[in-house]
Formats: sequence, structure tokens, C-alpha cells
Amino acid sequence: MAKTQYYVPVGPIHPALKEPIRVEARVEGEKIVEVDVKRGFAHRGIEYMGMKRNAIQTLYLSERICGICSISHPYAFVVTAEKALGIEAPPRAQYIRTIIGELERIHSHILWLGVVAHEMGFDSLLFWTWKGRERLLDILELLTGNRINYSVFMIGGVRRDIKESHVKAIKDMISYYRIFNKEMKEVFLSDPVYKARTRGVAQLSKKMALELNAVGPVARAAGVRMDIRQDIPYDAYADIDVRAVVPQDIVGEARGDAYDITMVRLYEIDQSLDIIEYCLDEMPEGKLMAIPNYVALLAKIRRTQGEAIGAHEAPRGEVIHYIKFDGKRDGPSVWKVIAPSYNNINTWAPLLLGAEVADIPIVVAYIDPCMCCNDRIAVVRDEDGRIIDPATLHRKAVEKTKRIKDELGVRE
Amino acid sequence: MTPETLIYAFTFPVLGVFLGLVYKGIDRRFSARLTSRIGPPIRQPFWDVGKLLLKETVVPENAIAWIFNAMPIVSFAASMTLLLYIPFGVLKAPLEGYGDLIVILYLLTLQSLAMAIGGFASGSPFSSVGAQREMVLMMSYEMPLATVIVGFAMLYRSFSLTTIASTPVWGVAGPLAAMGVLLLLIALLAVTPAELAKLPFDIAEAETEICEGMLAEYSGRNLALFYLSDAVRGFAMAALEVVLFFPFTLTSILNLGLTGTAYYVIEALWFLFKVLVIYLLAITLVRTSFARFRIEQASRVFWVYVNIIALVGLVLVWLGV
Repeated sequence: MAKTQYYVPVGPIHPALKEPIRVEARVEGEKIVEVDVKRGFAHRGIEYMGMKRNAIQTLYLSERICGICSISHPYAFVVTAEKALGIEAPPRAQYIRTIIGELERIHSHILWLGVVAHEMGFDSLLFWTWKGRERLLDILELLTGNRINYSVFMIGGVRRDIKESHVKAIKDMISYYRIFNKEMKEVFLSDPVYKARTRGVAQLSKKMALELNAVGPVARAAGVRMDIRQDIPYDAYADIDVRAVVPQDIVGEARGDAYDITMVRLYEIDQSLDIIEYCLDEMPEGKLMAIPNYVALLAKIRRTQGEAIGAHEAPRGEVIHYIKFDGKRDGPSVWKVIAPSYNNINTWAPLLLGAEVADIPIVVAYIDPCMCCNDRIAVVRDEDGRIIDPATLHRKAVEKTKRIKDELGVRE
Repeated sequence: MTPETLIYAFTFPVLGVFLGLVYKGIDRRFSARLTSRIGPPIRQPFWDVGKLLLKETVVPENAIAWIFNAMPIVSFAASMTLLLYIPFGVLKAPLEGYGDLIVILYLLTLQSLAMAIGGFASGSPFSSVGAQREMVLMMSYEMPLATVIVGFAMLYRSFSLTTIASTPVWGVAGPLAAMGVLLLLIALLAVTPAELAKLPFDIAEAETEICEGMLAEYSGRNLALFYLSDAVRGFAMAALEVVLFFPFTLTSILNLGLTGTAYYVIEALWFLFKVLVIYLLAITLVRTSFARFRIEQASRVFWVYVNIIALVGLVLVWLGV
């Protein structure tokens, strides 16, 4: 007798997913025999909007690309824009940017630890980790005025200084997180149930990671020594010898499963604390912006013709921006964003094939997917598979609205 | 059937539903406090049931409608009947003499079975996967559960729960058998979360994996009935553990000379307190401190570890009798 196959649609709306994406799985009992990943549910056309605005407005727009780590995209944006404009941020601003970037990394990693615990039903751990994360958000609020979407970066510098009174608060926070991270390591790495649920799940070999272009902690957990901060250092990272955290340095071997990723992220928190501490101690004095006058900055952008590619190592992996200034407008004429989730989502299909239904949430969560970072383009096809152009799509939408109104008898 | 029995038969279910929901409220509040949250008010489960009863009951298009609609009623009826077999403190069980531990075993199984059949009948893939998991889980935990009951039958030479409740087990058993009973207690405590579909064994309802599994398609009145039967089952399971292992009355411990109404009221409150302690220890504490197992891991836990504990307990009881 042939086994009954079920078709389990995970998403676009599903409790395991915080944002819309669709994983279509055909299961035999508990085993997944066929899988298809569909994306493109959160497309907002931010790149297009950015190309219509001036560069400073686009910078704040870039902060809205990702919902969680609101500094990764502006960071890549300012690095790229500075390259294209040929200006350099003052050293103090570079250090402040690095500090905020690393604070961001810690909070993103703690958030991920909570999410993955929730995916396996361990809600107590979720509440505990997120409670611990609050302290960091308080510090970010102290430094920038906001808990999320800090709006503190500027092309050629930062808008707010880290004062002497802030330094003490940050140092207190660092000592708090050194203890908290030690506790987290104990809980996550030695809990038998956590181990049983993550060991061997979502196992990515080094070869696969390279073939599928995995980036960030996903690639590092598979043993690939890859980190933008190490490979193409920018800002204060150039002064610090950042080494990518890979499991072989910690336990001697890299298995590339969800447990290894947890380990990499936990040790990266330590690394970030070290970097923040170094930056606080070595922070040079000086001004905060290369061109403090916004009008002058926009005028310079309007005069500049050039393009650049820049990258920032976001908590999830490398964020790459491409910007082109055409010398006619005060904003980018071309702006292209590549977010880390775009590469990492490629690993889902091969990993889910042959896995169990119970592993879907862990496989889905282990890359820390960010759909709103991810959806750069939406392609709509008609019944015959032809791509519909925007004008036709708009016409069809108007027609449908009209039809529904007629059916319901609604009149303006 | 005496009029007294009839009164019991009507008051017990009402009381059972009330207590089940109150305990569920306390459970949620306690669990929230353990995870540094405030938690909902204790009357929240009553509001939940009220809300569900007001909502529309949707039957999926490809469901087998009559089975789909019948199963919540079967589950609710089973949990109500279950209440009638459990001696409430010093009171006798209303249906005492009409059934015993074996019937309780069947009634407990019937509820899980009703949920699984309802899940299969709903025609949803999530429910089907959930129902498959529930069946596997049931096959895993039924054996230790049966072993516990056989152990008690061996000790008392009777399946009657009232007999067991009237003479505490620790007095009947010798030192060797007492150790066996302790192991049986551990096995039963391990089975409790699985029986009630709570973490770490809520595999069949795993929210993040299969969207509440068997209950995915249920709504409105049907879901309210499942909710109620779940609440009552939680209370009944904890009460069963109290009756089997901790039936000591306050009068016998403190040598109180209580009589009349005071006796019944104080003993009832004492019983409720014991049930609450067991409920919080065996269900709330466990469900806040564990992650969900995978189905094959859960099966291994029951078939290997819990089974060994239960069987060793049974052998010790057998040697000690």
C-alpha cells in the first residue's frame, strides 16, 4: 500500500513565521518528500522610492528595510555613499558607528536565541532572553533616543556623540552582558532537550554552504571563515583584528547544524562586547561629521558622478549596497540592496528535504530570516506564465475593484 | 440509584467545569509569573469559553461533518464521566461500584482518541499530521499508564478507586512495595503532561509546527467543548494522582475531631489544595521548563525510560505484596 501523502502549506501566514513566506511541503507521515519555497510576499518597492529622493532621505528610508536590525542597512549605505563621494568620516564618528553596530549585533543575536527557543516550544527561554535584551535596548535609547530605527547615522559621520556619562552606562551594561552571556551559554549549550532538538538539524556542510552562497553566522557555523569585518575591514574594524567566529576554534570541529549556529552566535556576543570595550577605550576625540552642513552635503552629491559597492557585516550576514550618483540629482540614480537572508534562504529547500515536520520551524528559524530585507522584486505572471507589466497590473486591479463594487452594489 | 447519587451526578460536572477552569487560570497565572510576566487574570479561561461559545462554528468543506461535530461532544462527555469516578476528598465517587480504574483508563484514552478522530475527520493536513502524532504518542504512554494501574490492582487486589482512597497506599505497602509505589508515582507524573497534551509532549498540537494540529480546524462551540474537556481533564488527572498517592485527610494527620459540615468543607478545601499542588508541580512547572520533544524522542522517553521505571516499580510492588 502506498503511503498517504499530505500537502502541508507552511505560510504565507503561519505561527512559525513572523513574516510572510511560503514553504510548500509534501509529507509522508512525518517525513518531508518534496519542498518548494516561494517568496515575494513583502515587496514594498523601497529601492524605487529611494531613487526618487535625496540621499539623506534615502538613508532614513534604508533604515526601514529591515524591521529588527535597523542599523545594518544604513551602515552599508553610508559606507557605500562615502566611497562613491570620496569622503571619509572623522575617526570619532567611525568608532561611534562601530559601537552602535556591535550593540545592534548583540541585541539581534539575543533576539534570535529567544525566537529559536520559541520555535521548539521553549517559551520560558524566550521570555528570559528577551528580558535580558531590554538592558541593551535601554542603552541604545540612551545613545540615540530610540529603541529601534535610531536615525543616528549620516553620510560622512554620525549625528550624536557618545558622552562621558554614557561611557559608564555602557561599561556597566558590558559587565552585565558578560555574566548574562555566560548564563545563556550554560543554558543553550548544555540543555539536553535543546541539544536533542538542534543537534543534526539543519545540518549544512562546508561544501553546501559555499555552493549555496550562505553568508554570516550560517556560513561560519558550517566552518567557512568569512566575515566582512575580517575580510574587508571598514571604519573602526580596520584598527581591530576581528577574527570570524567559527566552531572549529571553539570545539575543534564544525558540524554546521542548528546547535553550531547557536554556539557561533553566543560567542559572537562575547566578541562584540570585546569590540565595544576596545572602541570605548580607544575612541579618539574630534568632530562627528565630515560635512556638517546638510545643504553642502547635498550640493556635493549633486556635483558627484560615481558609483560604489559597500558592505557591512550585519548580525545575519553581509549586507551589500550598490549606489550610483549621476551628477544631476542629489540622490542615488541607482540603488541596489542585497540582504543576507536572500542568500541564506537558498539553504532551506535542500535542508528540509528528508527532514521531519517537527524540524520545519527550526530549519526556518536557524538562518534568522528577514523577509522585509529580502523581497527586492515582485514578479506577477498571468495564467499563461507571461510576466505582467505594472500598467496592466494596475488596470486589472482597478477592474477587479470595480467588479467587486458592482457585485456588492456599492456606489460612491 | 439513590437520589443522593443523582444529586452528585448533576453537581459534580458543574463543579468540575468550574474547578477545571479556575485551575487553568491559576496555571496560566503561575506559569506567567515563572517567566517574569504578569499573566492574565484567573477568570480569563471563563471569558475564553464565553467568547468561543459566542463565535460561529465553522465546519470545513471537505470534513466529514457528523464525525467532526460529534467528537467534541464525545470528548466532553468522557471528561464529565471521568469526574464521576473520582472520589472528591472524603466524599464517595458518585458512580462508585459502576466502574473502577479500568474505566478511568478507558475514559482518559477516549478523549485523546476523540481529538485524533476529529482531527482526521476535519480533512486538514495540519490536523492529519497532528492526529497521526497523537496516535503515536498514545501508543507510547498507554503502556506505563496501564502498568501503574496494574500495580495498584496488585497491591489492593481491587480496582475500586474508593477502596484505594479510603486506605492510603503508603500504609498498605511494605518498605519494598513502597519503593515500587514511588517509582509508579514518578511514571504517572511523567505520563501526566502527555495525557493532557501539555509541553514537552504537546507534539500533537505543536503551535509553531502544525498550527495546533488536531484543533486547527475547530472553532466556536466545538472548540469550546474541547477547551472545557481539556480543563476538566487537567483537574481530573491531578485529582486522580492525589487519590492514588496522597489520600491523607486533614483529620487523620492532625487528629482533628471535626464533625458535620465543617468536616466536609475543610476536607474539601484540603483536597483542592492537594490537587492544586500536584497540578502546579506536574503540569505547570513541567510545561514552563521544557522544550517540545520530537515525536520519536517522546516515544523513546516513554517506551524506554518511563516504561522501565514503571515496570521496575511493578516488580517491586509484586515482590513486596
